[in-house]
Amino acid sequence: MRHIISILMENEAGALSRVAGLFSARGYNIESLTVAPTEDPSLSRMTLVTRGTDEIIEQITKQLNKLIDVVKLMDMTEGPHIEREMMLVKVNTGDDRREELKRNSDIFRGRIIDVTDKTYTIELTGAGDKLDAFLETLDPEVIIEVVRSGVSGIARGDRALKL
Amino acid sequence: MEVTGAEIFVRALHDEGVEIIFGYPGGAVLHIYDALYTQDKIQHILTRHEQGATHAADGYARSTGKPGVVIVTSGPGATNAVTGIATAYMDSIPLVVFTGQVPTHLIGNDAFQEADNIGITRPCVKHNFLVKDVSDIAVTIKKAFYVATTGRPGPVVVDLPKDITAHKAEYSYPENISMRSYNPVHVGHAGQIKRAVKLMLGARRPMFYTGGGVILGNAAASLTELARALDYPVTNTLMGLGGYPATDRQFVGMLGMHGTYEANMAMHHCDVLIAIGARFDDRVTGNIEKFCPTAKIVHVDIDPASISKNVKVDIPIVGCVDNVLKAMLKLLGEGKRQPDSGAIKEWWQQIDEWRSKDCLKYDQGSELIKPQYVLDTLYKVTDGDAYVTSDVGQHQMWAAQYYRFDKPRRWINSGGLGTMGFGLPAAMGVQLAHRDATVACVTGEGSIQMCIQELSTCLQYALPIKIINLNNRCLGMVRQWQEFFYQGRYAMSYMDALPDFVKLAESYGHVGMQIDKPEDVESALKEAMQLKDRLVFMDFITDQTENVYPMIPAGGGQNEMILI
Ligand SMILES: Cc1cc2nc3c(=O)[nH]c(=O)nc-3n(C[C@H](O)[C@H](O)[C@H](O)COP(=O)(O)OP(=O)(O)OC[C@H]3O[C@@H](n4cnc5c(N)ncnc54)[C@H](O)[C@@H]3O)c2cc1C
Ligand SMILES: Cc1ncc(C[n+]2csc(CCOP(=O)(O)OP(=O)(O)O)c2C)c(N)n1
Ligand SMILES: [Mg+2]
Repeated sequence: MRHIISILMENEAGALSRVAGLFSARGYNIESLTVAPTEDPSLSRMTLVTRGTDEIIEQITKQLNKLIDVVKLMDMTEGPHIEREMMLVKVNTGDDRREELKRNSDIFRGRIIDVTDKTYTIELTGAGDKLDAFLETLDPEVIIEVVRSGVSGIARGDRALKL
Repeated sequence: MEVTGAEIFVRALHDEGVEIIFGYPGGAVLHIYDALYTQDKIQHILTRHEQGATHAADGYARSTGKPGVVIVTSGPGATNAVTGIATAYMDSIPLVVFTGQVPTHLIGNDAFQEADNIGITRPCVKHNFLVKDVSDIAVTIKKAFYVATTGRPGPVVVDLPKDITAHKAEYSYPENISMRSYNPVHVGHAGQIKRAVKLMLGARRPMFYTGGGVILGNAAASLTELARALDYPVTNTLMGLGGYPATDRQFVGMLGMHGTYEANMAMHHCDVLIAIGARFDDRVTGNIEKFCPTAKIVHVDIDPASISKNVKVDIPIVGCVDNVLKAMLKLLGEGKRQPDSGAIKEWWQQIDEWRSKDCLKYDQGSELIKPQYVLDTLYKVTDGDAYVTSDVGQHQMWAAQYYRFDKPRRWINSGGLGTMGFGLPAAMGVQLAHRDATVACVTGEGSIQMCIQELSTCLQYALPIKIINLNNRCLGMVRQWQEFFYQGRYAMSYMDALPDFVKLAESYGHVGMQIDKPEDVESALKEAMQLKDRLVFMDFITDQTENVYPMIPAGGGQNEMILI
């Protein structure tokens, strides 16, 4: 199963490498990983997406909790949550695809944020599978470049990851 | 008044109660060595290799329960220490290792003797710190000792750039420390403990399986009390030996790959397994699919990540062993329920039947020295009261099987990493901590050569260690596997060109003896023990063909042992 794990960590040099090192040393996979400061400058927040059986996910959360720099973590997937990822896609419009690409982008609530005579750059936000679905609609030849931010997530309702 | 970082370092160690440190100097730590030179509160032991320093600190820690402290220089000093750090990590031993680092402004510059100590040690430490400001030295040292010694213990590295050890700051050492991101659990969950006791009392074929956590958590007395109150059998892992008296009737020996027949059979057939401070290592479980097929499992461990890592357990209890065992004892005392004495009696009959196989028997009439006989005799000659360190290989298994440890912290070996070269330097740490005790290092001609240079350290500090070299002229443990599983193709398992160990010991200023007849074993050991203030290197020429039995081959279940 796919899990989104959010972590509050001490904002120390090397904290990120402890998490990355843990995953490679123990052979866990990371699909995406994002890290950024929070409103509290002593903390940074990391969101990672991983896959594994229940046993593996249990070990992953235990091992992460064991890292001294980890202050608190939450497996978003354990409850209702909102997942968002941002994607920038540069596509080759040619002469005949401009209309179709614009329409597709609109359907997915994308925004065209840069235009040249041969290209569009589209910005799209949503859950990972929505971004995947949008890419599916594109002929691979059309895609020049894809940039994804990696997933971030937040729990719905009162549930929150904070100190 | 402001003092230098080096001075802060020395004062902080003193305030932390450190009496002895093990190390080796070099450019990056010269300010610190200078500060050590002008004080006499902390004794510095100069080993002959940084690996030796870490193992010695480790032996000190294992035999005392106090953290071992090491200081090495940057670059090669730090990389040489890595094997010792990894050894301590795998066995959860508290060490604080200070590594020198190039000055802060040169970090990342491929400076002279620069290595990324934080990066290199990260996977084999509980935590590490790079100190970048002189005013952080004292508090970081406080944190390092706190992290190393609490919760599941482990090594902590503190990387000290040279410049900050010269910079000045006010000294003050924190009394206490708390870290919001690190709060080890001590007390077990009361409800879980209650459920566990209920399950334990209902057992018909119970089994205590206890490990290094009992030693690390100073819980041998509570374990003994609990097991005796219930009259249940106890087995120990290699790391747990001494956690329950080995000469007690309820002790069924070590379990696992080279455990006794009775211990492994009892594991296989038990209906309630009480695992305490043990981590279900693959050397213990054998084939996981076949592990304890009929048992409900209680697992007490301070590290949640140890629980249900390899084997799914029914009643997990996160907490300090001693606390949890005491809580169990209290519940037993308050309740009226007793174990099912009829069932337990039957269980003991079954176990005694397995025991009667006498799986550790060996040929007593051989013309060659049997390694088992040397250890039996060592046990006898030392009244079972020595500190025994070991290296890694067959000799290690024989020491574990034949020296019966009645007390915790007497058996000092590298179980998790299995580091050849550990035995001699570890024995130095033990002897320095217990000046008047008998310290024996059981080793092999392969292992001893990995840190042999420490014989020089032993002379310098007058450490009267008794080295028992079970010299089978081969890397016996490797040879055994090649005999069993590679049709006797002995690739590189023979030790050619061995030194004359007697002369070698003598050239280091010690006493050397070679013993090649069984009838001389006891007298030689006695003679060596009488040389109270000398290191004696006893080179026992043993039967090369001897193998360690019983053995569970890889992939086997605990009831699938090869017996002699
Ligand atoms: C050649 C060779 C052969 C070997 N053969 C065998 C064999 O036949 N049998 C065998 O048993 N081993 C054998 N080993 C050793 C094996 O590799 C493991 O090191 C060993 O089994 C682990 O022991 P343990 O489970 O007691 O765990 P340890 O490594 O001692 O771990 C201790 C556990 O206790 C926990 N703990 C620590 N402190 C506390 C506390 N205060 N409260 C609660 N819990 C705590 C820790 O979190 C950890 O889970 C062999 C090793 C070598 C090198
Ligand atoms: C540093 C290191 N290298 C290699 C090994 C693999 N190994 C395990 S046991 C062993 C043989 C040890 O030989 P010796 O010390 O003579 O002991 P014996 O088995 O003969 O008693 C080897 C090579 C190891 N455990 N550690
Ligand atoms: Mg040998």
